[in-house]
Amino acid sequence: MIYNIPFFAVIILIAVGMYAVIFRRNLIKIAIGITIVESAVNLFLITLGYREGGVAPIYTNLPANVVIPGGMVLPVPQALTLTSIVIGVAVLALMLSFIIRIYQYYGTLDSKKVRRLKE
Amino acid sequence: MNVDWLLTHSPALLIAIPLLAAFLTPVIDRINKKARDAFVIIVLIIAEIIMIALAWDVFTGSAHIYTMGASSPTATIPAQAAVPIRIVLEVDGMSAFMGLISTTVSLAAGFYSLAFVKKETGQGRYYALLLLMLVGMLGMEFTGDIFNLFVFLEVLSMASAALIAYRFYYGDAVEGAFKYCVVSSLGALMVLFAIGLLYGQYDLLNMAALAKVMKYTTLDRIALVLLIAAFAMKCGAVPMHMWTPDSYTVAPAPITAMLVAASQASLYALFRICFSLYGLTLDVTTVGIIIIALGLLSMFVGVTMALPQKDIKRLMSYHAVSQTGYMLLGVGVGLYLLGKPDFDTYGMAAMEGGIFHIINHALYKGLLFLTAGAIFYKVKTRNLNEMGGLAHSMKFTTIFFMIGALAIAGIPPFNGFASKLLIYESAYHVSPILSIIAMLVSIITLASFVKVFHSAFMGPPMENAEEGDVPKSMIIGMAILTVGIILFGLFPGWVVSNIVHPAAQALAAQAGYIGSVAGGA
Amino acid sequence: MLETTGGYWSPIVWIVAFIVAFLMAYIMWGMGEKKHAKGEQEKPFLSGQDEPSKEAVHVRAGNIYWGFTETLSGYYDFMKKIHTGIINDYVLWLLGMAAIFFLAIVLPGVIM
Repeated sequence: MIYNIPFFAVIILIAVGMYAVIFRRNLIKIAIGITIVESAVNLFLITLGYREGGVAPIYTNLPANVVIPGGMVLPVPQALTLTSIVIGVAVLALMLSFIIRIYQYYGTLDSKKVRRLKE
Repeated sequence: MNVDWLLTHSPALLIAIPLLAAFLTPVIDRINKKARDAFVIIVLIIAEIIMIALAWDVFTGSAHIYTMGASSPTATIPAQAAVPIRIVLEVDGMSAFMGLISTTVSLAAGFYSLAFVKKETGQGRYYALLLLMLVGMLGMEFTGDIFNLFVFLEVLSMASAALIAYRFYYGDAVEGAFKYCVVSSLGALMVLFAIGLLYGQYDLLNMAALAKVMKYTTLDRIALVLLIAAFAMKCGAVPMHMWTPDSYTVAPAPITAMLVAASQASLYALFRICFSLYGLTLDVTTVGIIIIALGLLSMFVGVTMALPQKDIKRLMSYHAVSQTGYMLLGVGVGLYLLGKPDFDTYGMAAMEGGIFHIINHALYKGLLFLTAGAIFYKVKTRNLNEMGGLAHSMKFTTIFFMIGALAIAGIPPFNGFASKLLIYESAYHVSPILSIIAMLVSIITLASFVKVFHSAFMGPPMENAEEGDVPKSMIIGMAILTVGIILFGLFPGWVVSNIVHPAAQALAAQAGYIGSVAGGA
Repeated sequence: MLETTGGYWSPIVWIVAFIVAFLMAYIMWGMGEKKHAKGEQEKPFLSGQDEPSKEAVHVRAGNIYWGFTETLSGYYDFMKKIHTGIINDYVLWLLGMAAIFFLAIVLPGVIM
C-alpha cells in the first residue's frame, strides 16, 4: 500500500495544477499551473519504474548479491522523464517570454482582459 | 552514394538534413543574408526531392523500416531480445503520403517567405524555426515509437508557437501564441500521461510491438480517451477548436500555411493511434461514432462561424476547422465500418475520400492563406470592410484566389470536388443525414468565399492603392500550390489509385504494419 | 477518371462539355445586337436623379449576408457567447470533452 502513495500524489498534483489553469485569472498563475501538471506527469513516469528493493540500474560497481536484471529499477522511465523535464523547461521559458511581451503591449495580466481576439 | 543507399537511409536523412540546416541557419545569417536565403531554399528543395523518391518507392513497393543506431537499418529486433528496442522509423503508405504534404507546403512557404519577411528583424531565427517546424512534422509522420511521437509533437508545437508570435509588435500576435502554447502543452501532457499508462502495462514503447500485445483493458481505454482528446484538440475539432482562429489569424501568412500542415500531422497521429495501435481491439462502433460526431460538429460550426467574420484570415481559419470536419467524417466512416463486410467497398471509399481530402485541403488552404498574405502585403489591413477593387492591380493574386475558392467549395473540375464526391457517396451508405449536412456545408463555404471575393477584389479601386502585383517570389510560392491543385483536379483517378489507395490500405491493414516491424504478425 | 462506388467522374469529359457549351453560348451572344462602345451607353433612369457613385452603393463585407445572420440570430448569439476568447474556457472545453469521451468509452468497459 505504501508504494502506491506516489500515484495518489500524482492525482492530487494534477488536480491542483488543473485548478490553477482553469480557475485563476492571472497569466503567471496559469503558467505555474501548467508546470505543476508537468511535474505530476514526470512523477508518474518515474514511479512506474520502481521495483521493490531495487538498486540503481548501473552494471559496474554493484553491491553484493544483486540479481541482474531483476534487482534493479527500470532505466527506461528515467530516460523518458529526463527528456520530459527538458521539454518542460523549454515550454516554460517560451510561455514566460510571451507573458513579458503581453504585459508590455496590453498593460495587464488578467486573462479576462487579454482578449482582443474573440468570437 | 548511389540511389539505393539514399533510399535505404532516406527516413533518417529527411529528419537529419533539415535539423542540421536549422542549426546552421543562424550561423550563416551572421555571414551573409543572401547566402542564408539560398541555403534555406536549397535545403527545402533537397528535402522535397528525397521525399518524392522515397514516396515513389513506398507506393510501388513496401514499407521502409529504419532502426536508429543498429548495425543495419532493418535489424529491428536485436539478437538477445524478443521485442524492438531502439527507436524505429517506419515509413508506410500513409506516412509517405503525409510526408509529401509537409515538404510541398514547406517549399511553397519557404519561397513565399523570401519576400514576405524581408523587412522584419530576426530573419535568421525565422528560417531556423521554419526548418524546425518541417523537422517536427516529418518526425511525427515517420516515427514508429510512441514516445518519439510525443517529442516531435512538442518540437512542432514550440516552433509553431514561437513563429506565431514572430511579429510581436502587433500585441495580439503574442496573445494568439500564448493561447496556442497553453492549450498545446496541456494536450501534450495528456499524451505523455497516456504513454506512461501504456508503458506501465506492457513495458513497450514501439507502436507495432504494442499493437501486437494490446489487450483492451480499462487502463488502455483511459489511455485511448486521453490520446483522442489531445490529438483531436491539436487538429482543431469542435468544440476544442477555439485556439485555431486566434493563432491562424495573427501568424505571418506563410506560417499559417505551415500550421495547416501541422494540424494535419496531428490528424495523422490520431488515425495512426486508432487504426494501427489499437486496430480492431477497440469497439469500432463507439469510437467511429465519436469521430463522425466530431466531424459533423466541426463542419457545421466551422462554416457558420466563418460567414459573419470581417477579418479575412479569421474567416479562412474557421474554414480550416470546417474542412477538418470533412476529413474526420470520411475516415470516421471508415473506422465505423472496420471489420464489417461493408468495409471493402464503402469503408475503403470513405477512407480514400477522407485521405484524398487531406492533401487537397493542404494545397488549396495553403494557397488561400498565401493570397490573404499577399492582400495584407499590399493594403496593410486584414479588415474586409476597408479593402476593395484589388482585381484592377493584382491580377495573378486574383486568379490564384479564384482557383483556391472554387477548389474549396467543391466546384468541378478542381480537386475539392473529387474528394468530396467520394465522401458524399460513402457517407450516404451509413446514414443520409451525413451527406446532407456535408453538402449544405459545401454551399455555405461557397457563399462565404463569394463574400470575400466581392469585398476584396470586386468594386471600385481603393484611393491609395499602388500599382503592380506582389513580388516574384511570393507568386512562385503560390504557383507551386496552384499547379498541384490543377493537376490533382485533372487526374483524380491516377492520384487516387497510385497515391491515396496505398495510403488507405496501409492505414486499414494493421497486420501489415505489425508485420513489417516485428517480422511476422 | 475516378471510379467511385456509385459511378465515375471524369474531369476531362466535363471540361470538353464545358468548352462546347461555352462556345455555343458565345456564338449565340455574338449573333445579337452590337452593344455600345464603352462610355457611350445610356444612363439608367432613376426618376431624374443622378446615378450615385460606385463607392456609395458598394455593399461592404460586414453587411453582405445580413439576412442570413439575422434569421439565425438565436444560434449566432449563442455561438458568439461561447467563443469568449478567455484561455481558461479553452482548457475547460478540452477537459469537458475528455470527460464525455471517458463516459462513452471507459464506463461501458468497466460496467460490463
